[in-house]
Amino acid sequence: MNYLHNIGAYFLMIAEMFRKPTKWSVMKQLILKDIEDLIIGSLGIVAFISFFVGGVITIQTALNIDNPLIPRYLVGFATRQSIILEFAPTFISVIMAGKVGSFITSSIGTMRVTEQIDALEVMGINSVNYLVFPKTVALLLYPFVISIAMFLGIIGGMAACVFGGYSTFEDYVTGVQMDFMPFHMVYAFIKTLVFAFLLATIPSFHGYYMKGGALEVGKASTTAFVWTSVAIILLNYILTQMLLS
Amino acid sequence: MIEVKNLHKSFGDSQVLKGISTVFEKGKTNLIIGQSGSGKTVLLKCLLGLFDYQKGSIGYDDKLFLSLTANQKRTLRSQIGMVFQGGALFDSLTIAENVMFPLRMFTNQSQSEMEDRASSALKRVNLENAHNKMPSEASGGMQKRVAIARAIVNNPKYLFCDEPNSGLDPKTAIVIDNLIQEITKEYDIVTVINSHDMNSVMEIGEKILFLKDGLKAWEGSKDTIFKTDNEVVTDFVYSSNLFKKVRKMYLEDL
Repeated sequence: MNYLHNIGAYFLMIAEMFRKPTKWSVMKQLILKDIEDLIIGSLGIVAFISFFVGGVITIQTALNIDNPLIPRYLVGFATRQSIILEFAPTFISVIMAGKVGSFITSSIGTMRVTEQIDALEVMGINSVNYLVFPKTVALLLYPFVISIAMFLGIIGGMAACVFGGYSTFEDYVTGVQMDFMPFHMVYAFIKTLVFAFLLATIPSFHGYYMKGGALEVGKASTTAFVWTSVAIILLNYILTQMLLS
Repeated sequence: MIEVKNLHKSFGDSQVLKGISTVFEKGKTNLIIGQSGSGKTVLLKCLLGLFDYQKGSIGYDDKLFLSLTANQKRTLRSQIGMVFQGGALFDSLTIAENVMFPLRMFTNQSQSEMEDRASSALKRVNLENAHNKMPSEASGGMQKRVAIARAIVNNPKYLFCDEPNSGLDPKTAIVIDNLIQEITKEYDIVTVINSHDMNSVMEIGEKILFLKDGLKAWEGSKDTIFKTDNEVVTDFVYSSNLFKKVRKMYLEDL
């Protein structure tokens, strides 16, 4: 019953987010600040992880191709497919659920504990719109982060491939360009936008409705990470079934 | 004036307010006192519209809160200033930005006009050189004064304070009490203070509402509280030996 109650409360929070909007001059500032915190602030870790995981995917693919009849350019092909279809949109999102999600939950949760949300309510401000809406808008730029993850993942794969001696640069590039289906990019960005919405709203929900003190803020952050990851993995399955099958 | 009539509030089976009726007057510092769990904070949150109530009414200058439209409630809330127990300052904003916050949200003033108003409010609470500090860099007393400045910057008609001097040393607590009383007179507003600090009660309690177990146990002022023979009140107010002696001396003087 508690799960059903929480799911209902989550959708009510989303409806509330679009009611009684905050003044645009104030909202603009909040959106810019959230873009800096959530998008720009995540680029470093996303770039680092993407580059090296791209490299690992390439090495593992190359080491598993024993048959001399299989062309070496398949290393580039497999790396591109893995990164564009799954690694960048889905696994970077799970990582972001930890990084961005815990930041959102703890910042909103701390505002709840220190009565800052009550202060907004007393002033007649729609606190859900004030706190959650700018994060949701800021995360519309999340596909930009994922594009960088895709690019750096493929570059990381190339570096590992060439410098590790698994294949030549030309073979790798041929593989990356082979049988490219533009719809795979559309699929990846549809997933990314759905995950961006989850990344903004599920951690906000856990922060906004948390009860207790500092210890509970930590617990809420952990719970938010778990539920955001679960939602991402489940929707990843559903969207893949709907869009690719 | 704020008029509360027969207010009932419960959480599930637990009834917290059991028919409170009172009037909080304009230009006076109205204190709500009582033991922990007596319903003070719940009453304050009902007054602020943060909690719904099951029965009774709250009228702000003859306007019943529950009968107001969403827009009217919004207008009313823009006339309310609130000082929270912990200050509730926005961590990410400087002290000046915190004070300007209600102006930014509810007025169309230019940046320089807002800065002037914020400076005046900060000057009023004797904080002239703290504009660019972050709340985390301010002491507890400073944070309370910033919270008061934020509460009065938009010229409110109603000021609510939830234990405004909790966690402060006695000297700073008296400064805060006196500041609230001065502002109440100066702006001619309805001030409602939730407190269990007996020094505040004796210092600024022009109207005192004593709650016990969700009921109004006594109502009076700082002058009448010395003379009351209501045992519930005297047990609470004169619980320390010092206050017992003070009361005895006061009554002997009379």
